[in-house]
Amino acid sequence: MACLRSIERGCCVRTVWCIFGLVLLTSCQREHRDIRPSPTQLALFGDAARESPLRPGGPVLPQAVVTNPYTGSAYDIAEGQRLYEWYNCSGCHFKGGGGIGPPLIKTDWIYGGEPENLFDTIVKGRPNGMPSWGGRIPAYQIWQIIAFIRSMNGMQPTSATASRGDTIETNPQNLVNRTSGATK
Amino acid sequence: MKARLAASVAPLLLFTGCAGHQQSAIDPAGPQAEHIGMLWWVFFSVLGIIFIAVMAFTLLSLMRGDREIEQEPHEAKEKKLTRIVAGVTIGTVVTLFLLLVSSIVTGKAVSELSQKNGMVIEVTGNQWWWYVRYQNDDPTKIVVTANEIHIPVGRPVMIRGTSNDVIHSFWVPNLHGKRDLIPSRVTTEWIQADKPGIYRGQCAEFCGLQHALMALWVIAEPQNKFNAWMKEQLEPAADPTDPDKERGQQVFLNNACVFCHAIRGTTAAAEIGPDLTHFGSRRSIAAGTLPNTKGNLGGWISDPQGVKPGNHMATIAVNPNELEPLLNYIESLK
Repeated sequence: MACLRSIERGCCVRTVWCIFGLVLLTSCQREHRDIRPSPTQLALFGDAARESPLRPGGPVLPQAVVTNPYTGSAYDIAEGQRLYEWYNCSGCHFKGGGGIGPPLIKTDWIYGGEPENLFDTIVKGRPNGMPSWGGRIPAYQIWQIIAFIRSMNGMQPTSATASRGDTIETNPQNLVNRTSGATK
Repeated sequence: MKARLAASVAPLLLFTGCAGHQQSAIDPAGPQAEHIGMLWWVFFSVLGIIFIAVMAFTLLSLMRGDREIEQEPHEAKEKKLTRIVAGVTIGTVVTLFLLLVSSIVTGKAVSELSQKNGMVIEVTGNQWWWYVRYQNDDPTKIVVTANEIHIPVGRPVMIRGTSNDVIHSFWVPNLHGKRDLIPSRVTTEWIQADKPGIYRGQCAEFCGLQHALMALWVIAEPQNKFNAWMKEQLEPAADPTDPDKERGQQVFLNNACVFCHAIRGTTAAAEIGPDLTHFGSRRSIAAGTLPNTKGNLGGWISDPQGVKPGNHMATIAVNPNELEPLLNYIESLK
């Protein structure tokens, strides 16, 4: 009888381990990577991408909400980081601190710092040096670059940003988080 | 029984497929690969004999059972066993030592290629293609190409390897062993082909999503043919000969293509992707992924992520009526 009970107990322990193993499997889901985006045509955000809050005339209509499809996606932020170098954004804006062009780590944007403003800025270009990239690079890459620029400003979840840059320099996102952590 | 026999013969038949292959370490085409191939056969035969011997003795002892041993007196049995164990131990040590010696001798032989009259080729690994640059003291004679290395037969060639992103490994089995390409470091390897031929190489260090589709071709040809190839490569890209190709050139220069690719002789001069100056003369598209045909190129340009998911070629929207001239233009860059 005792023997039988010990067998039963062994069985029970084994069942628990099996269930535990199956539960572990449910955590295997990995981040979705959209590696085959469609090369959609560019659309500007006319109304959404306003740079001034002041509007003449009648009541202000609610703004259309534009979201970057790649917010919080580690893969796309990393792709944006690569493209930021490849398309030579760093040639003028350097590592976000600015140089020939204005800095990209800041709160007071000349033409707005929301994703849709950045999209318009990249597509249309801006006076005094910012080239117009519209029709040259696909929209999904512009969104990836925007996701990266936002990450430099600490506007992306830390879990999604790269812990370091592709080169030896420190990732600005890291600096932002570290300094903000220190002051708190 | 018949099935078992067939099952044991089948793997042996596989070996016959190894001869004359474009990518095989036991079909050497150069001095180093010969040393490595020799070492492979030494290891294969020694270890094969040992394996067969071990299996034979296992079978023998299984068939013999305990009876015969038990009949022997205890002391004699003990003595016999001691002798056998000691003998086999010494035999194992000696065998391992001899294999070690042969391995060291091979390593030494491989690094002792005559470097007279050598030439230097820089190979830079990228996710997932090979940048190739022929060094020359005269800067007007530097050739840049991708995924395809032409070398003259019988002449030692130094591969100076590095990487732009992660660690890759340069491996052309018919010519030499593997050499890692490490970011911000330069590693070197001397290769030499003694037979003209086309040898396939493959990245041998896992480097990300498309590691499996990162191949290259080494084309060994006689010195005069190599010189002719070199002369052709030094030329700027052929000018478009008809309005259709002219249109194709405009499509290329007005699209995202120019941000990554170079075509010497035009305004396209980026070095992020493979140089396309003489694309039409190359064997394959996307680092050995597809044979270089117009159809494959069309598929590759319109849907690069479908052909090689995760690669860094941008998916761009080319107008259908612009694709045809673009393909004609790129394929004309011989």
